[in-house]
Amino acid sequence: MKIHEYQANEIFKSFGIPVPDGKVATTPEQAEKIANELDGPLVVKAQVHAGGRGKAGGVKLVKTPEEAKDAASKILSMDIKGLIVNKVLVTKALDIKDEAYIGFIVDRRSKKPLVMVSASGGIDIEEVARETPEKIHRFIIDPLYGLFPHQASELAFKLYDDIKLVRKAADIILKLYKAFIAVDASLAEINPFVVTSDGETWTSDAKINIDDNALARHHDIEKMRDSTEAEKKELDAKSKGLSYIKLNGKIGCVVNGAGLAMATMDLIKKYGSEPANFLDIGGSSSPLKVVNALNILISDKNVKSIFFNIFGGITRCDDVANGIVEALSKLNIDLPIVIRLTGTNEEKAKEILSRTDLITVSSMAEGARKSIEIAGK
Amino acid sequence: MSILIDESTKVLVQGITGRDGSFHTKKMLEYGTQIVSGVTPGKGGHKIEGVPVFDTVKEAVEKTGADTSILFVPAKFAVDALYEACDAGIKLIIAISEGIPVLDMVRIVAFLNDRGTSLIGPNSPGIISPGKSKVGILPGQIFKQGSIGVISRSGTLTYEVVHHITNAGLGESTCMGIGGDPIIGLKFIDCLELFKKDKETEGVVLVGEIGGTDEEESAAYIKERFTKPVVAFIAGLTAPPGKRMGHAGAIASRGTGTAAEKIRAFESAGIPVAGEPEDIVKLLKSV
Repeated sequence: MKIHEYQANEIFKSFGIPVPDGKVATTPEQAEKIANELDGPLVVKAQVHAGGRGKAGGVKLVKTPEEAKDAASKILSMDIKGLIVNKVLVTKALDIKDEAYIGFIVDRRSKKPLVMVSASGGIDIEEVARETPEKIHRFIIDPLYGLFPHQASELAFKLYDDIKLVRKAADIILKLYKAFIAVDASLAEINPFVVTSDGETWTSDAKINIDDNALARHHDIEKMRDSTEAEKKELDAKSKGLSYIKLNGKIGCVVNGAGLAMATMDLIKKYGSEPANFLDIGGSSSPLKVVNALNILISDKNVKSIFFNIFGGITRCDDVANGIVEALSKLNIDLPIVIRLTGTNEEKAKEILSRTDLITVSSMAEGARKSIEIAGK
Repeated sequence: MSILIDESTKVLVQGITGRDGSFHTKKMLEYGTQIVSGVTPGKGGHKIEGVPVFDTVKEAVEKTGADTSILFVPAKFAVDALYEACDAGIKLIIAISEGIPVLDMVRIVAFLNDRGTSLIGPNSPGIISPGKSKVGILPGQIFKQGSIGVISRSGTLTYEVVHHITNAGLGESTCMGIGGDPIIGLKFIDCLELFKKDKETEGVVLVGEIGGTDEEESAAYIKERFTKPVVAFIAGLTAPPGKRMGHAGAIASRGTGTAAEKIRAFESAGIPVAGEPEDIVKLLKSV
């Protein structure tokens, strides 16, 4: 789960990581009020779950409360990478002398936490990593012992020559690791990590992603969830045991298992059309799940045909067939449905479907072709 | 031969009295798997499908000689169940459980690694050596003993692939789902190392998907050190970047881990990549 910068700032503060004063606003008037309280040069920053905010014009430097109000009215309702900005963070501007990068992730390759630092922090860090990978210093942490102070110091020495700054940075690296572990983050990042003219260190942009599997033990963080309209639909599907992501094609797909669902979408594309969605009904599919899945698909007006691709393992084909028959009697579906059912209780399923006029096919490839053909141009 | 499991494997089921645990214990027994014991704390002394149940893994191992464990325990209890199996001396754990927090897995994997215990999963459909033993939830009837090794990050997509291999008369030596999570035990390369030494395995099918760089790493490994023919299939070409597609591991972001990159990595290593599951058999016969 992604959280906003202002929420990550709160977490950072609770771990003693220095964050400039600031507050979040949802209207230009609120932004003006906050600016009055804070005083001095400020930054107004879009709070949206997308990278590249600055480059998209979602971050503005202002001097007065009037300018803060003006900047907030421009940024609020701005569209950044398809996401509408509903909140801005108004925060003290820093007198930046130096920008570094500090980031923690779970490294799949070593299967351990990985910390990365670079003296070349800032908005172009990904380019730095690509063009001059030697400027990114990496250290793999032993998860059973954690990060030792001397290891944090070694990394901090890669950032600064001044021992005072090295000590400060090492302290922040240790605190960030503590926060990373405590909140079950999959990513925790400070970019840029700023040194100001007076020699102080600050977090200028905080980013934390939380491991979805761990949210059950972090109710305080779960409350920070700020979903887009599309994500709300996905969460609603999830509460019904379905994994759904809307796409833009016209072939609706209902599949059991994420891998097979992706392979089904790929096949539809390969044969010249586009999938309308990713939809995984999971294992042990009850007829009710199938009804719910069809309900989601018929609410998408782009869908012109529906393709069921089921490989029965734990999922029983007759359960899915019964679900389809039940859905047809409950819902008003006038879309053509193509069905491929193979595996556990396949024969029973075929018998159930033979009493309907639904189109059944014997392979995934045939089903993909058929559903494209009947969807038309 | 086969890899990791065969007719001599003595299996213990953790979470045997649960709905999934008892159902699949029955299915595994029907397939011919040697299940020697089960564990559910507080249910010691009971029997499930004739299999004795114990309170602790330690006791089950001491009394029944189990060497392999399969885990059906819910995520919340799975973390300690994994440590418990390792502590009791189990050498191979197959974790069907899904939803285990990633940082817990990081610590578990390090702990198991220090003690020489191998892990398949979590979020795995299990492993099968057709005709010998099945430790998992895979539908036994679609497999046939043969010469092809299958390694996959998926569940049902594996069945789709196996369906074509079996129908073509080739059959499988061992087939395993390594799990869809970001942090897992055995990865593609670990399994390839085992297939390399297995005389029964003549070729390997590798089924990957978006997210991570396990496929790219295995492509480089195969090119340099694997002599048997390999065919790959990658799911997720149409997956939108940065979107979570059900599996925690299936995340394509930051310009790495996309299906296109993985396909390129295999092709440039000289490994044929099937355009769709049906084509896997044709490619296997040609290499």
